[in-house]
Amino acid sequence: MLVADPRTAAAWRRLRQEIADAGPERRRELLRERANQSRTTDLRMIGRAGLGHVGGDLSVLDILTTLFFGVLRVDPEKPDWADRDRFVLSKGHTAGALYATLAACGFFATGELDTFAAPLSALNGHPNRVKVPGVETNTGPLGHGLPVSVGMAVAGRLAGSSRHVYVVLGDGELQEGSNWEAAMTAGHRRLANLTAVVDRNRLQQGARTEETNRLDPLDDKFRAFGWDVQVVDGHDHLALLDAFTAPRGERPTCVIANTVKGRGVSFMEDRVEWHHKVPTAAQLESAVAELAR
Amino acid sequence: MSAPVRSAPETFDCRVAFAEQLIALAREDERIVAVCNDSVGSSNLVAFAKEFPDRLINVGIAEQDMVGVGAGLALSGYIPFVCGASPFLTGRALEQIKADVAYSQSPVVLCGMSPGMAYGELGPTHHSIEDLSWLRAIAGLGIVVPADPNETRAAVRWAAAAATPVFLRVARFKVPAVTGDRPFTFGAATTLRDGDDVTVAATGTMVSRALEAAAEAADLGVSVRVLNMSTIAPLDEEAIRSAMRETGAIVTAEEATTTGGLGAAVAAVVVTEPQPVPMRMLGVHREFAPTGSTAFLLEHFKLTAADIRAAAIALAR
Repeated sequence: MLVADPRTAAAWRRLRQEIADAGPERRRELLRERANQSRTTDLRMIGRAGLGHVGGDLSVLDILTTLFFGVLRVDPEKPDWADRDRFVLSKGHTAGALYATLAACGFFATGELDTFAAPLSALNGHPNRVKVPGVETNTGPLGHGLPVSVGMAVAGRLAGSSRHVYVVLGDGELQEGSNWEAAMTAGHRRLANLTAVVDRNRLQQGARTEETNRLDPLDDKFRAFGWDVQVVDGHDHLALLDAFTAPRGERPTCVIANTVKGRGVSFMEDRVEWHHKVPTAAQLESAVAELAR
Repeated sequence: MSAPVRSAPETFDCRVAFAEQLIALAREDERIVAVCNDSVGSSNLVAFAKEFPDRLINVGIAEQDMVGVGAGLALSGYIPFVCGASPFLTGRALEQIKADVAYSQSPVVLCGMSPGMAYGELGPTHHSIEDLSWLRAIAGLGIVVPADPNETRAAVRWAAAAATPVFLRVARFKVPAVTGDRPFTFGAATTLRDGDDVTVAATGTMVSRALEAAAEAADLGVSVRVLNMSTIAPLDEEAIRSAMRETGAIVTAEEATTTGGLGAAVAAVVVTEPQPVPMRMLGVHREFAPTGSTAFLLEHFKLTAADIRAAAIALAR
């Protein structure tokens, strides 16, 4: 099991406070900068490892950054704190984005990122809670995160805890039926302590979601299952913050975050081949330069 | 020559002992919850639901959700007993068992109710003879098959305290009491009858039949050791090695396919020893059952005491 990096955790605390205290424009800028730093970290990890899911990593990073730097009640130095909010990355193939984010919070030393996907690394191609603090359940096969999150939300209610459960789902992942079993349960049980965020980038591994097995109208589907639904720009940090922290009613919340796969790197954006293509050295430098602008 | 007639002993549905023990534990420990898939009746959870309405999470007919919800509860400090008919719990939610429970090391107690061919005439869709093979392939998952009500109670007590992923196979087909008041030790086979000509290693509903077979064989001058293999994974390999050394032959008996269950597990020990011994594996050999009651099907697949006796005598030295 990796261990926390106290210095990075302290820096994370300071940045969180700065973001909380800032006015809207400064807050947006701080979150944008932080997310793009994680994008760069992620691209370099993938370049080094020679594998990864770059498109989905880039689409989800504004969601992850907003959650970890603006929303989640967690403590990187106490990853087992019983009343922490729970975060589940159901789309486990974007582990690179999660690792970059967790390292930036100090859950483990950023140097560990150099081992991503290397032999015997704790940082497997899909996240493993047994080895990586901040990972709540092992994901990778699609359609697993929402049922487990429903169990966590039921547990939070049974325990009388105010903790909240956030789960990030891929949109293509919603073709798995297990999600809809869990969505029914969450709606039926009125799990207001559960928020599912859909990274709606409209691309799956081989093609557009709507050409493969149509998901729209996704908002109506979740409403029909008993959820409150918000549709936001998944790269607008302030809109995400509002959606994640808005007062809850008596139902679970689904935030459909409209995103662009490959976001931030022009030649990757909305291109199906960048699902898990690895950038060349030249492409990597070009991408990093674009993100630094 | 025929064996003397023995009077039929009283038999028990292990789901009753399971539910009684679960309720008793739940009274003492509020972390204990039950999760089920519309199986409140068939998992014998009616009394649990009445006494602990908030602690029974019935997700409806949705096994993948059921196992995932169980994992989420376990990862949040609860002790979930996830109960469903074994064919659907293990078949429908196999990937959840692998990823959410075993690989995630979430301490869920998966309770496969009415396993084997307990659903008789309902047919192979409702039989759970594949479960032991499927689950034995999954790392980190304990597999426990109690032989009678006493062992069911003991295994439930152990599972509640063990904090480890485990599958508990809870018999519906009625069996006699055979383990007395012995404690249950995870990973340990128990010798229910000693013998030195041949060993019958049996599990679940086959244990009482193995004892019956051994008694009959004794009348015929053959000394049969009976091992109760109530833990299939991890297997008590030392008990198997002792049986090899001391009895020279092993018959396995299980109400399951022999592809990967108890027989395969025992064989993996036997063939990797320097001096392997003869073996017979009683069970179902990659076949779907025809129509028939459980008792009929156990006869059909040669899983009666007489069949076990014949296999043992054929191998006895």
